[in-house]
Amino acid sequence: MDLQEYIQLVFTDYTLRTITLGTAILGAVTGMLGSFAVLRKQSLLGDAISHAALPGIAVAFLITGTKDSNILLLGALISGLIGTFWIRGIIKKTHLKSDTALGLILSLFFGFGMLLLTLIQKQPNANQAGLDKYLFGQAATLVESDVWMMTLVTGLCLIVLLLFWKEFKILLFDADYTKTLGFNTKLIDILITSFIVLAIVLGLQTVGVVLMSAMLLAPAAAARQWTNSLGVMVLLAALFGAFSGVLGTAISASQNNLSTGPVIVIIAGVFVLFSFIFSPSRGLLFKQIRFIKNRRDLKLHKTLAFMFRIAETHENIAHPHSIKILNNFQGFTKGTLQQLVRKNYVKLEGSMWSLTDTGFKTATNLYNQQNKDDD
Amino acid sequence: MPFLSGLKQNIMSNNIAVQIDDLTVAYNYKPVLWDIDLEIPEGVLMAIVGPNGAGKSTLIKSILGILKPIAGSVSIYGKPYDKQRSQVAYVPQKGSVDWDFPTTALDVVMMGTYGSLGWIKRPGQKEKKAALEALEKVGMLPFKNRQISQLSGGQQQRIFLARALVQNASIYFMDEPFQGVDATTEIAIINILKELRKAGKTVIVVHHDLQTVPEYFDWVTFLNVKKIATGPVKDIFNDDNLTKTYGINYKVSIQE
Repeated sequence: MDLQEYIQLVFTDYTLRTITLGTAILGAVTGMLGSFAVLRKQSLLGDAISHAALPGIAVAFLITGTKDSNILLLGALISGLIGTFWIRGIIKKTHLKSDTALGLILSLFFGFGMLLLTLIQKQPNANQAGLDKYLFGQAATLVESDVWMMTLVTGLCLIVLLLFWKEFKILLFDADYTKTLGFNTKLIDILITSFIVLAIVLGLQTVGVVLMSAMLLAPAAAARQWTNSLGVMVLLAALFGAFSGVLGTAISASQNNLSTGPVIVIIAGVFVLFSFIFSPSRGLLFKQIRFIKNRRDLKLHKTLAFMFRIAETHENIAHPHSIKILNNFQGFTKGTLQQLVRKNYVKLEGSMWSLTDTGFKTATNLYNQQNKDDD
Repeated sequence: MPFLSGLKQNIMSNNIAVQIDDLTVAYNYKPVLWDIDLEIPEGVLMAIVGPNGAGKSTLIKSILGILKPIAGSVSIYGKPYDKQRSQVAYVPQKGSVDWDFPTTALDVVMMGTYGSLGWIKRPGQKEKKAALEALEKVGMLPFKNRQISQLSGGQQQRIFLARALVQNASIYFMDEPFQGVDATTEIAIINILKELRKAGKTVIVVHHDLQTVPEYFDWVTFLNVKKIATGPVKDIFNDDNLTKTYGINYKVSIQE
């Protein structure tokens, strides 16, 4: 199947179109909300919430006996919220740190959920099969109504983000200060957290309990590398998330038997890896290049600075000096001297050197620059 | 003499900026602040001094409602803090936020206008102008579009100060504004504080450097869980109070 054929198929085939749309929207909304989780240093919260949602799915099935995804996800939402508020409670009321509280709730709820799932499987009821799809997700089971649900939540989330943008931003940056300005920080906090829980629950059917947190974190972590503006970061994270969804679906659809959820997560991981290495300002590659360049410049500047100081003592900056003078300082090597000559900062005549006009000017600016930085 | 103290309070009540009665704060049963009574007159530049763990930051945070005291009350110009928020501005410790947050210096200073804007409303031209003026005052205008992680410690402190200045409050609470800043920034900050006092504002500063207290401040509160002493620097900043507060013999040469 070539690309053109595939794209045509996305628009004509019901299942493929539903899955592509669903994973794209899901990626966008989790990417957006994930930015907030990452910036609040609550990266693990997503993992805890998604695991905490599992018993809710099982209980919802036990009570209603239906496998309607909306009802099961409602159960997931309730138990996810309970888990979240218990985490907060534990952090607030005991001396335990947040990672302990998160780990505790995550494993307890997940364990309880697994227990219920095995109980359900032992029931003499033909209807029980298929609940385990919420463990690793099964995008193929998405239907149009699921996609509408995702669209609704994403739209709601967008409206809330736009309305309370300023409140979200200031709470993320400085919660105590926000409180002194008279904002109800608890309310803003609950608003953000509830939407994070909602987005996670929405993704359970597609990506599953175990991998869901990656959908939240990966696009946001990748987006952070490319920008220093919160707005751009949220937008980029949404884009990365959506692309991961679309690409992941495409790969899993064209390679038979590849499960969609894990492929989406891996694509999101590739975005992260690429961003970590190639981002111009924060990426490892350019950081290393800058580091090497700085070190080389520093050597050069050191030599130039010594020469400048010597030349300064003479009225004529082009006054030639013996190279031997430089031996008294350590900031001089043949290499740096040659480079300075190449840059036309210094003239060499035999064993005598003198600063050129350009060299003198550069050296003067070098000092000014340093003064500015000290400020 | 209840009659006399009542009378005194009546006369003074016009120029008491902050009044604290019986304030007690505890984290997990151990009191951090114990039964604090404190009156801060309007227009002073006051240092709060005391050893580590004396409750200096806690005092400011409970005045501002960030922490909930077990007992006691705080009033700002005779009214509860909730009704007087617009009168008060806060400069938190620099280390209390993540400076790698994706935002610019100007954006942080703009946050000072959020309180007067209230919910949902976005800052506009008026707020931007106020923020730029505050940046100018702290000498940070050339850095307005810098990402905040690319600012030095002193510059970050100035940004925090500018954010509080934008609030145009009557009372300023500052938690260690001189921590980790170089001499130039320290002088710049103290000049701004003195300007604020000249404009009739009240400035309350958690301060660590005892040597500079007489030079910078005109009012001082000694704190070590309990209030040890409070009053004009020239009257009460002496070895006796320092020893009571810090628990060891202190000798500070006080320049008159």
